[in-house]
Amino acid sequence: MHANHSQGSTTDPIVRFEKVTKAFGELTVLRELNFEVGPQEKITIVGPSGSGKTTILRVLMTLEEPNDGVIYVDGEPLWHEEKNGKLVKASEKHLRKVRGKIGMVFQHFNLFPHMTALRNVTEAPVHVLKMPKGDAEERAKMLLDQVGLGDKMEHYPAQLSGGQKQRVAIARALAMRPKVMLFDEVTSALDPELVGEVLNVIRELAEEGDMAMLLVTHEMGFAREVSDRVVFFDKGQVVEQGPPADIFDNPQSERTKAFFSAVLRH
Amino acid sequence: MLGWDWQFTLEILPRLLGGLVVTIEATITGFIIAIILGLFLALGRRSENQWIAQPIGAFVEFIRSTPLLVQLFFFFFVLPRYGLRLPAFVVGTIALGLHYGTYTSEVYRAGIDAIERGQWEAATALNFSPLRVWTGIILPQAIPPMIPALGNYLIGMFKESAQLLAITVTELMLTARVIGTETFRFLEPITMAGLLYFLLSYPSALIVQRLEARYARKS
Amino acid sequence: MPNQGAWVRTRNYVFWIIGLLIVGIAIGVQLITKPPEIAPFDLLPPLIRGLATTIQLAVGGTLLALVVALVAGIGRASKNRLIRTVTGIYVEVFRGSSVLVQMFWIFFVLPLPPFNIELSALQAGILALGLNVGAYGAEVVRGAVQAIDRGQIEASVALNMSPGLMMRRVIIPQATVRMLPPLGNLMIELLKATSLASLITLSDVTFQAASLRQTVGRIPEVFGLLLVIYFFLAFPLTLGVRWLESRRQWA
Repeated sequence: MHANHSQGSTTDPIVRFEKVTKAFGELTVLRELNFEVGPQEKITIVGPSGSGKTTILRVLMTLEEPNDGVIYVDGEPLWHEEKNGKLVKASEKHLRKVRGKIGMVFQHFNLFPHMTALRNVTEAPVHVLKMPKGDAEERAKMLLDQVGLGDKMEHYPAQLSGGQKQRVAIARALAMRPKVMLFDEVTSALDPELVGEVLNVIRELAEEGDMAMLLVTHEMGFAREVSDRVVFFDKGQVVEQGPPADIFDNPQSERTKAFFSAVLRH
Repeated sequence: MLGWDWQFTLEILPRLLGGLVVTIEATITGFIIAIILGLFLALGRRSENQWIAQPIGAFVEFIRSTPLLVQLFFFFFVLPRYGLRLPAFVVGTIALGLHYGTYTSEVYRAGIDAIERGQWEAATALNFSPLRVWTGIILPQAIPPMIPALGNYLIGMFKESAQLLAITVTELMLTARVIGTETFRFLEPITMAGLLYFLLSYPSALIVQRLEARYARKS
Repeated sequence: MPNQGAWVRTRNYVFWIIGLLIVGIAIGVQLITKPPEIAPFDLLPPLIRGLATTIQLAVGGTLLALVVALVAGIGRASKNRLIRTVTGIYVEVFRGSSVLVQMFWIFFVLPLPPFNIELSALQAGILALGLNVGAYGAEVVRGAVQAIDRGQIEASVALNMSPGLMMRRVIIPQATVRMLPPLGNLMIELLKATSLASLITLSDVTFQAASLRQTVGRIPEVFGLLLVIYFFLAFPLTLGVRWLESRRQWA
């Protein structure tokens, strides 16, 4: 078990992976992974492509089912439930109950094209959380203001730039009040000049400190700024993890050093 | 099976197959007419001369917006008035070919339009003669993707050829119905006719699907 | 602001459609109020009587086809293998032969043992049209549903939506727009196929024309008028579908 380097928190982890294995056919992407996230911790996962870092997020967001192991979210198992003291496969009801604590922002935004920005943000709170429409709209307006898109509420995704779409996507995920937010390479599909506006929003969220955040990104400078812990992930395993300064300035493992030198070369 | 007379089925099978042969003959003849006519219609519609393009366009729209059956009736009953007493089979295949010629002309138009402008421009820049542009550059690229669509229309014509019974062409469906009215047994002939249509069209449709997949992958 | 040309084109379509409708209604009203004596229009009243049946066939067939297409189409896209196979069999069987064959079968064979189901010509016609066109429609629905971007589904999962909610609020609205032009074209084919019901003794407009031929002769006028009537029914719909196709916003 890796030591938890998060700042100051001694409470139970909000996410815990216990010997989680995930394979796609012949290819094993996660090998008996043990991993923890503190309740307000900001973690960035870096590593070569194909290392499995996105899979960690996807398995947590229930987009992929693990082959083995248990994932705990806020103390409860995600893919399993406890019946008579034993762990059995979770029912749909249980899965949805626990899943509600996780939110995700995707590389390709995945906004609903047939809805305005406002409706994209209110749709799930109204229909999933059963929030009254008025309340949902008020909150949505506040969130869209927060990400700097207060004037674009009635616009459709097709009318927005990539950076604007991604900010709407962030507002949409926030509207569900998750305890853990996942960011899957959220700036990789953006034109370079639009990356900054999205990173600014994420930086603000990190500074507010409310929820745990798990980012997979190639933006190393940003990762260093924002993270409590950086995890270097390769071939399905955690190679090294620690505070940004440790990992970026003083990597211990050969593989970590090799990765960073390759990255820095351009 | 209740009421199904296998003995009877075997007796009528040769007659049904005879009708099927007529169906196939009509289909193939009609298809040949359709693919040739379609090409002329398509080229006509794309003509820069609006005196050619517009009337042909209107003609194509008119044929496509009216049922094949009514066109069959029209040709069958109207042509004799103008002195043309043709056999029903001939009238039927001409009408069939004309009707589907309008559909194939749309396939040709779409296929030709799909060729990037750049191809035309490159060919012109290389000073090809107009004929060479067509035969060497445009058609070789345009035709392969059209084949699945044309194949589907061939299968469609095979099935819709049943309508020729309305003008007394002794194809499969008419044969089945005549057997029924003669013997008062409709179950076997009509079901067998349906089965024969299915046995030929379903495998053909699978082949066309596979062709479509192959062309989709290439692009 | 993109595409001023689209607005002009739309305006042209709308003019055409309105124009044709006005002409059609004007003619219809004229006929009902004062049967004309001039040839060839004196032939119209009997034909118009058949038109009511044609429209019944078209509307009934379309409604049935839509219902069948939605049910079978969603079934074809289902994760459940049994549902997929059963709907697949239905689709291939009804696409494997023509509407006419199916009409004959329903009208001539169904009343016999072992089925013993006797249907009127109108019912048989609507049933055959609905089931046949519904099979083609099912493939359109399936294609539209399966063409929905995977990311939409993942976003819905991330927002903790139930599968039913996702289908209703995310997938179907997007699929519907994609489905409309091909379904519109199928509807036009159905309209033309209603003429086949004349062959199972249903007095639709084609049947009326055929009997006029036997009583009155005047073949070119009768069948010419018949063609024009179908044209006035089908062509506005064709323009409507093309307008829909040009309007696809978020393809």
